[in-house]
Amino acid sequence: MPYDPMLVQPMREDMTAMQVEELTDAAAVDAFMAREGTKLVFVNSVCGCAAGQARPALRLALQHGTKPDHVGTVFAGQDVEATMKARGHFEQVPPSSPSVALFKGSELAFFMPRHLIESRDANAIAFDLVGAFDEHCA
Amino acid sequence: MGTFHHDKGELHGITVVVDMKDDRVFVGRCDTILPEGVVLLDGDVHDASEVKYDGTKVTKEAYLANAAKFGVWKKFDRVIVPSDDVASIERLGSM
Repeated sequence: MPYDPMLVQPMREDMTAMQVEELTDAAAVDAFMAREGTKLVFVNSVCGCAAGQARPALRLALQHGTKPDHVGTVFAGQDVEATMKARGHFEQVPPSSPSVALFKGSELAFFMPRHLIESRDANAIAFDLVGAFDEHCA
Repeated sequence: MGTFHHDKGELHGITVVVDMKDDRVFVGRCDTILPEGVVLLDGDVHDASEVKYDGTKVTKEAYLANAAKFGVWKKFDRVIVPSDDVASIERLGSM
């Protein structure tokens, strides 16, 4: 059952404040994934243990010179249809949230599952994301 | 910002590996650790003694190497792993 929209609104605003595009339905995900270039999909979550560090980590990583051409987010447990649709593009890996998927075209180039986010600080997570940007987005 | 449950212990919400004294290993999100067992959510269990269709077995090490990269496919929503059978608990992210 989704959380109260009022509760999750600040977590959505964390994303939109860094100019990340909210993908709230399947059509938005389809349109996003159809774009040319490199794309990052951030699977947002209410979980404080992991997402509480993942969002600031993404903000830090997006300040790097090399970054994906397009950055979008779906909210697990909230925007259920959009999240299912997005996960269909990386169905070779188990679903987890929060998580980060980076695509070159339609090919999954990098995936950071929840367990590699938990218990780490934002700087450490951002470091790994920047490494992936340098490798796949340059 | 987010949901926190600080009263449930330091591993609450963390994906852990629960290695058993036998051939099994559980991977799941730790909810809490009770005297009677470890409560795991949304996890998987692997039995290294199980023979696959091609006659081979998958060791705990091989299973965990794959789990450490991408996570696990959920086989159960919630399980209590009996404390008496647990050999160790470790964060999957630190493997």
